[in-house]
Amino acid sequence: MTLTDHLPALQVLVPLLTAPLVLLLHVRGLPRLAAIAASLTAFAIAVSLTGIVQTQGSASYEMGSWPAPYGIQLSISPFSTLLLLIVTGSSSLALLAGQDKLRMGPQGEPLFYAAWLLALAGLSGIVVAGDAFNIFVFMEIASLASYVLIAGGVDRRALLAVFKYLVMGTTGATFYLIGIGLIYMMTGTLDLADMETRIADVGELRPILVAAGFVTVGLALKAALFPLHVWLPNTYTYAPHMVTMFLAACSTKVALYVLLRFDFLVFQQNLTAHAVQFSIFLIPLAVFAILVASGVAIGERNIKRMLAYSSISQIGYVLLGASLVSVMGLTAGIVHMFNHALAKGALFLAVACLATRIETVRIENIRGIAKDMPLTMMAFVIAGLSLIGVPGTAGFVSKWYLIGAALDYGALGIVLVAVILVSSLMAVIYIWRFVEAAYFSDRQVPLTASGEAPLSLLAVTWVAVLANIYFGLSSQLPVSLASQAAETLLEHLP
Amino acid sequence: MIAAVVLPLMAALGIAAAGQRSPNIREAVTLFAAACLIAVVWVFLPEIMNGQSPRLQLAEMVPGIALAFRLEPLGLIFAMLASLLWLINSIYSIGYMRANREPRQTQFYISFAIALSATMGIAFADNLLTLFLFYEILTLSTYPLVSHKGDKNTIASARVYLGILLFTSIGLFLPAIIWTYQTAGTITFAENGVLAGHLSGVELGILLGLFVLGIGKAAVMPVHRWLPAAMVAPTPVSALLHAVAVVKAGVFSITKIVVYIFGLDQLANNDAATFFLSLAAFTIVVGSIIALRQTNLKRLLAYSTIAQLSYIVMAALILHPIAGVGAALHMVAHGFGKISLFFAAGAIYTASKKTELHQLKGIGRRMPWTMTAFTIGALSMIGLPPTGGFVSKWYVLGGALAAENLVAVTAIILSTLLNAAYFLPILHAAWLQEADAPETENHGEAPLPIVLATVTTAALTIAFFFYQGPVLDLASQMMGISASE
Repeated sequence: MTLTDHLPALQVLVPLLTAPLVLLLHVRGLPRLAAIAASLTAFAIAVSLTGIVQTQGSASYEMGSWPAPYGIQLSISPFSTLLLLIVTGSSSLALLAGQDKLRMGPQGEPLFYAAWLLALAGLSGIVVAGDAFNIFVFMEIASLASYVLIAGGVDRRALLAVFKYLVMGTTGATFYLIGIGLIYMMTGTLDLADMETRIADVGELRPILVAAGFVTVGLALKAALFPLHVWLPNTYTYAPHMVTMFLAACSTKVALYVLLRFDFLVFQQNLTAHAVQFSIFLIPLAVFAILVASGVAIGERNIKRMLAYSSISQIGYVLLGASLVSVMGLTAGIVHMFNHALAKGALFLAVACLATRIETVRIENIRGIAKDMPLTMMAFVIAGLSLIGVPGTAGFVSKWYLIGAALDYGALGIVLVAVILVSSLMAVIYIWRFVEAAYFSDRQVPLTASGEAPLSLLAVTWVAVLANIYFGLSSQLPVSLASQAAETLLEHLP
Repeated sequence: MIAAVVLPLMAALGIAAAGQRSPNIREAVTLFAAACLIAVVWVFLPEIMNGQSPRLQLAEMVPGIALAFRLEPLGLIFAMLASLLWLINSIYSIGYMRANREPRQTQFYISFAIALSATMGIAFADNLLTLFLFYEILTLSTYPLVSHKGDKNTIASARVYLGILLFTSIGLFLPAIIWTYQTAGTITFAENGVLAGHLSGVELGILLGLFVLGIGKAAVMPVHRWLPAAMVAPTPVSALLHAVAVVKAGVFSITKIVVYIFGLDQLANNDAATFFLSLAAFTIVVGSIIALRQTNLKRLLAYSTIAQLSYIVMAALILHPIAGVGAALHMVAHGFGKISLFFAAGAIYTASKKTELHQLKGIGRRMPWTMTAFTIGALSMIGLPPTGGFVSKWYVLGGALAAENLVAVTAIILSTLLNAAYFLPILHAAWLQEADAPETENHGEAPLPIVLATVTTAALTIAFFFYQGPVLDLASQMMGISASE
């Protein structure tokens, strides 16, 4: 076996094994460099895996060559490589962008970056894992590590936010565990592929139904699905800026990824009319998420909190696409995971740029800031346009598919199209409020330092912004991965 | 083709680089780029006249839908008009911005260049999505221009401008595009339309409505409010909005969609076409009546534009080839005439700070060149010979009569009377009346670049009466008839 064959395992192992090494580095700045190196390596692995999937199709990897269902199986598919690109890409960009002030000060650096790498390993692990229990283990690793990361925020309110997140996150994980426990009880297996075939032989389906409920709700909590989103706004607001960027781009999406895999690969074909229930249950939730969260975002005066609410509404888009249970709908949802990660990542990076020059990123403080930081604000505007879904940006591509899928859905589809359009217009309002404040008001609060943000931060922000434009004009890669993923998911429908 | 889109963008970069350090270099870059753009666009003329239609694909935005350009007669007319007027407008801007000591001039020229780039993109778009992309860029790039002054009042108006244009485009235009794609399977412009056999009756009518109202830039009532609101902009910007880029982009898009997406035959048997034709006719008459009641010169011109734009929309919806030619001609004739009027209004403001109608008494003697240009522009709006407006109205009216469309004929006659009713008193006051009070400050003509640009466009208005040349040929070619008919 060559090294290439081991890439699925290395995807997780590289960050996982670098993490303890980072702990030993007590020279200032070195932990971050090590983390960058590990994260970039992981990104390179994700890119090459994408290449492999595109040429050779899906593959699975057996840990220690133990065959499934006895050994641990890792699965690589178009869907998972797309997620890997998001996870490793956003981690690398966030690390490259710069360094936040930390609560624990410079001494805390090794701890902080070790936690970062653990979070990265955990999130990648969830994506590649082929069995339900390993997903749980990696989910716990990722969650515990991200609690540490969020608590690193200098604002004391980060601690309260992280406690709330911890309680809710643990509840979600427990629900998920109960769910897979029930399935294990009925089928005696934890491997997802194996589960699918064995549930077919189970006579009494009621425990499976209960398990489906537990798994769905548990993961919905992790994914901050309306109305289980209450932990998200504060966590995003008070976490260090880079952590916000990293987690906002990928953590909720990874939970959604698991949710979709469970619902479409395991449950759909075994539970009677599951597809219908899935739609009936999730469409209203998605619609509420989109509208309510956009409405709240319009009223927010703190940029990070506004973006957090916008994230909740965007998760609604992903879910709306998936809940239409059609190839086009799923493609829209999955491609939106990618495009939203791009747009939101760029926006949070721009916010990090702003934060280097003002104390809190509130609307009062950014008035007139475009004169001092023209490049930052230009980045904010373009990323904002991508979030709104203006053509020429990545956000448009997913809206295009989503509206197309909704139109195919029949009479209700017209209403859904209206919802999507109304929320796009709401996005115009909540983004434009800040743009207008930055460009067309006079400065009231003095800047803490003059001039543009540090060059490295600005450069990374613009890389993300240009990616938004690139994938808006040429969406071949994410769309082809997403549509392959959608077809795989739907193949399992009866 | 790509050069036409990229050139203004390069200019924007050049302008940014030259920046405030050297206004002379900055303005030289603008003029040079404008001149080059004319060359780049006009070079295509012989090729298109021979019936060729070069196509260029840049990228795939969504699989199956490309970011692509294609040159066709109507687009070339639009691009030729816009590139020519950009040069004249730039000369005018230099005089205007300097004389009025406007702030943030670099930002002004950059936005202007980006807007022109978007206009070229609209003119050459091969499909609806490409058109939509540049349509939105145009909206966004003109926002800083409209809000140039930067005070509270201006921002509020600019917000109306942006709000209406974005809301109509995202709320109506975009769904219409997606709907078209879903039913017809393509959104590429094609001769005789793409919707034949896919949609009919009420659905076709609703789709037409989404397009006509979704393209807010065409300012068909009730989505016309942004135009008077945008009057807060500096005059060269108003000229850009009214004559060169924005409103023209709107009516151009509607004409192109009616001809190349719906197809004339497809719409001919549909009541919706009649309905929206009546709406356009309504806009013409009501816009003229509102113009009659204005006391501010620029607002009067704004409502006049609303009425004139609906001429083009109406001409396209008459669905007769001759009226279609009239639509294309009117796009050009109105461009020349209206830009003269705005230039003159700006010249008056620059020289004397006058903006209201009652202040204009006797101004003809102080500013003879400017007011001559204004007079020619006004005659063109009314549609009197020897101006371009007469020619285009002739074709529209001819089309309306040939199609036996009474609504259109009535609207044209009524609006001609109304136009005369609001322009003639101004001319009367300017030339024949004495100023009420003695002037506190003596003023003569505006600075030379302003007068030069104003006189040039007025001359073009007259020249267009005698020689429509390539425009007529191109328009006829688009409608599939020979120019002699």
